[in-house]
Amino acid sequence: MNRIEDIVLRHADREGPLLPILHDVQAEIGAVDAATETRIAELLNLTRAEVHGVVSFYHDFTAKADPRPVVQVCRAEACQARGIEAMMRGAENAAGDRVRIETVYCLGLCSVGPNARIGDDLHARLDSDALAKLVEEA
Amino acid sequence: MSTVRISDDAVARACGADRVSDAFAKLGWTVERVSSWGMHWLEPLAEVNGVGWGPVTPDRVAEIAEGGADDLCIGPVAVHPFIASQQRLTFARAGKTRPLSLDDYANSGGWAGLDRARAIGSEQVLAEMAQSGLRGRGGAGFPAGIKWQTVAKAPGDRKYVVCNADEGDSGTFADRMVMEGDPFALIEGMAICAHAVGAGQGYVYLRSEYPDAIAKMNAAIDLAAERIAPFRMEVRVGAGAYVCGEETSLLNSLEGKRGEVRAKPPLPAIAGLFGQPTVVNNVLTLAAVPHILAEGGAAHYDALGLGRSKGTMPIQIAGNVRHGGLYETAFGVTLRELVYDIGGGTASGRPVKAVQVGGPLGAYLHPDQFDIAFGYEEYAGADALIGHGGIVVFDDSADMAAMARFAMEFCAAESCGKCTPCRIGSVRGMEIIERILAGGRKADAVEVLPQMHNVRDADRSLEDQVALLEDLCETMKFGSLCALGGFTPYPVLSALRHWPEDFGLTKQAVPA
Ligand code: SF4
Ligand code: FES
Repeated sequence: MNRIEDIVLRHADREGPLLPILHDVQAEIGAVDAATETRIAELLNLTRAEVHGVVSFYHDFTAKADPRPVVQVCRAEACQARGIEAMMRGAENAAGDRVRIETVYCLGLCSVGPNARIGDDLHARLDSDALAKLVEEA
Repeated sequence: MSTVRISDDAVARACGADRVSDAFAKLGWTVERVSSWGMHWLEPLAEVNGVGWGPVTPDRVAEIAEGGADDLCIGPVAVHPFIASQQRLTFARAGKTRPLSLDDYANSGGWAGLDRARAIGSEQVLAEMAQSGLRGRGGAGFPAGIKWQTVAKAPGDRKYVVCNADEGDSGTFADRMVMEGDPFALIEGMAICAHAVGAGQGYVYLRSEYPDAIAKMNAAIDLAAERIAPFRMEVRVGAGAYVCGEETSLLNSLEGKRGEVRAKPPLPAIAGLFGQPTVVNNVLTLAAVPHILAEGGAAHYDALGLGRSKGTMPIQIAGNVRHGGLYETAFGVTLRELVYDIGGGTASGRPVKAVQVGGPLGAYLHPDQFDIAFGYEEYAGADALIGHGGIVVFDDSADMAAMARFAMEFCAAESCGKCTPCRIGSVRGMEIIERILAGGRKADAVEVLPQMHNVRDADRSLEDQVALLEDLCETMKFGSLCALGGFTPYPVLSALRHWPEDFGLTKQAVPA
């Protein structure tokens, strides 16, 4: 649990530090589970319910770690206009159980879609083959 | 040795700009990474002595280096019709400067606004902001000058400037382009605001979907720290909640709470972040400020535009369009010009069916409506909104009933949960649209449970379902606390009115 304390300390002098703390926990530990929520609550002098309420509100935080590689696919309107929906089945087949495909609503690349993100790498102008290949190589 | 300029904007990088840069570097060229001109269909765009080639792939680099590859050459970039026909204020530096170069910024007129603001004092800055007529570019179009005056006058121990950089709307990317391409302009705008209202601390609330913008803003704030002192700035990263683009839920999120929308009053200008007077402005609003404050800017700004829609609007052309990108122009341009003349029609080459303006909460406009002029009032008059200035083009393969259903689904997924019309209504909305698509509904087992005494026993006709959907949309419009629940009816009802056939309906079934 020392890692949690380190992370909390790192942000201690910020105003309203909970979000940056949760981002670091999610990135370094892979999830924000119940025990972590309790520990963060103690350190910040909040109730666990308050911390849990925040964790469960945001899409970026998960209660359970999932070690699989993630491919984020944009399925918002501009990417739909360029045919992303018809490409999803192929991507899901390519993913199987090995890769997690996550839906995001807009990566801000709407003029060159359909688009996907893996880690901090962005991929534009995808077609079915390119998307399936991205998933296979993730 | 030769130099090539290539953008390091996220669109350029997603299209392969890094690989193209590497290929030039391998040939011994100097590669200068600059901001994007906004001609996204040409990215990655390589510029040598002002002449552009695009879209470039690594295997064409050697040819370009020798002055060949004529099929990719677009001639001098600065006079390309897409650029030459614009009126660029906010994006005046786009394509021209290195985003993190303080020298480039200062040499292109940077800091003139802040210096002048410091010289003329807070009162005068507030007066000029009001005179400029600048309206918030985030959606509602509230005059920025009035907001600033309220914060300046409000009593409080501390005051804040918060930049809403939670650009979650599909089809919008102008905020991202400012932050990645011209981050000092946003910083300067915030520093001017802080000076005018007496704020010591500023936050840029930036969505986690924009990793490049986060990195650029952090770096730029470090570089500019001395220049803007004693004002301090920090980037705060969101956590994937669309509703946090709503100013009061953004403030809750910044405080480390659930991003639930707050009821107004109190206005954030009176009691905002941590209960203190707070200016919340969008990226484009704040980035427009340096120009306004630099000599003569206010009058210049006021002279541009249409009616009460002052100045320029960076319009983001996206979706199924040939020439997608960023196009900044004075208000008043029509959708017809944007879609056909500037955007070049659809990328697929098929006829245009619909254009959604203003993000996922904006109406779908039918080609019959393409002559409406771009302006807040003009769009409101057509039951539409310009929002953040994004336009998304759809060709005739689009299924508008599916898009209407998606609008409800999106609202259900992103609702903050605070009010019933939005939280429950969006789910019910999906169901009703599904029933319309299924051709109405029989009074089925679910509907006639024995304990239900007031259930109707007749089947519901298609017309009944349509009436129910319209009724629900009314309830959402007027009963929701914020734009998510309140504006979702725009895409739904516009799709229903203009393309009833996609819902399996005839025109008569849908009252205008
Ligand atoms: S309309 Fe929806 S998102 Fe907005 S406050 Fe109500 S429940 Fe929350
Ligand atoms: S809609 Fe897909 S990147 Fe914006």
